[in-house]
Amino acid sequence: MTTTDSAPSATGGAEQELQERFDTSIAKDRRIEPRDWMPDGYRKTLVRQIAQHAHSEIIGMQPEGEWITRAPSLRRKAILFAKVQDEAGHGLYLYSAAETLGAERTELTERLISGRQKYSSIFNYPTPTFADVGVIGWFVDGAAICNQVPLCRSSYGPYARAMVRICKEESFHQRQGYELLMTMVRGTEEQRRMVQDAVDRWWWPSLMMFGPPDGDSPNSAASMAWKIKRHTNDELRSRFVDMTVPQAERLGVTLPDPELRWNPERGRHDFGTPDWSELQRVIKGDGPCNAERMTRRRTAHEDGAWVREAATAHAAKQAARGPRGSHTEEGTAA
Amino acid sequence: MSDTDDPKAGWPLYEVFIRGKRGLNHVHVGSLHAADDRMALTHARDLYTRRNEGVSIWVVLSGHITASTRDEKDPFFAPSADKIYRHPTFYDIPDDVPHI
Repeated sequence: MTTTDSAPSATGGAEQELQERFDTSIAKDRRIEPRDWMPDGYRKTLVRQIAQHAHSEIIGMQPEGEWITRAPSLRRKAILFAKVQDEAGHGLYLYSAAETLGAERTELTERLISGRQKYSSIFNYPTPTFADVGVIGWFVDGAAICNQVPLCRSSYGPYARAMVRICKEESFHQRQGYELLMTMVRGTEEQRRMVQDAVDRWWWPSLMMFGPPDGDSPNSAASMAWKIKRHTNDELRSRFVDMTVPQAERLGVTLPDPELRWNPERGRHDFGTPDWSELQRVIKGDGPCNAERMTRRRTAHEDGAWVREAATAHAAKQAARGPRGSHTEEGTAA
Repeated sequence: MSDTDDPKAGWPLYEVFIRGKRGLNHVHVGSLHAADDRMALTHARDLYTRRNEGVSIWVVLSGHITASTRDEKDPFFAPSADKIYRHPTFYDIPDDVPHI
């Protein structure tokens, strides 16, 4: 990057060499690791993207979490519990990756609950029926897989490694959702209607998960050049449509897009344009559940304050009492 | 945030190492925050071994790790690059010599 006038010229030369070495690493598809030199823009872009991704996982616990107490069977309840716990885990893997770039956890949490950093707009839609749990698994986790599988090759090592772990777990999420829907469509007419209704409500917001169209995505070019991102928003959206259409046919539901049809020349599906003004509205905070999600997250954080303080006090007391670490059973590192 | 002495300070950061199964080394898998060593271990279990990924966990305060720089051209690693006689391919052995 550029150096200021006051910087000695030797620093400028050294920085240029570092920049060249970084560019070579990216060109040769080598991973960038935490202690490597990297341009400020690369670091900032990564922190922003990884933090938003982490926040999305954390907020993403809420829409489905609402159904844990109301799941129709013990089996579904156990599955939903495990899924929501995974979302928390994904958030923590990602916060851990962001921290390798010098971000502070307390600061990241603060940025989320003060609204200074965003999370995925998809989690601002409500889950009025149990079919929503299934459709979220199928669409939202399916879209997440489309987005995330290429991120396993992201140029930043800790992010790529976190994505590998996450992708392994997302497959369970998508499959449990689809299986849930298969069970419902084999049920009563009312259950089939619930599934179709949920499909109708989630389809367009799911397509919006891939972000604005390529011509309107200001950060995409830099992220692609740095190989943080591997595919454009439109390419990933198109893959998701191609992947989902046969699954919808098998399930016997209709995707709510009159323009959706197979294009034999392109070998892909043509489909309609999402209402981008809706995406902008939801991102700006005016979605159906934005306020509710933020309030819940903030309240959870505030309600947990005494637990964090008590644990800190307990740790301080234990540390003052005896030799460090002697209370763990597997003390020897061998 | 709370009204403690240092309201911005969270719990310290720990690095987590997991032995996937017997016979393998512990491998670094990520990090987490915990109030103390014991909490770090239980959190590591909940976070990194939800699907039988490990049979043993190490946690260590991140601040206790001393690291070399990751820079490939660091002269720190130079001594290992110029001793080609440490590699078996340095030695010419005729093709008709068996088992070597």
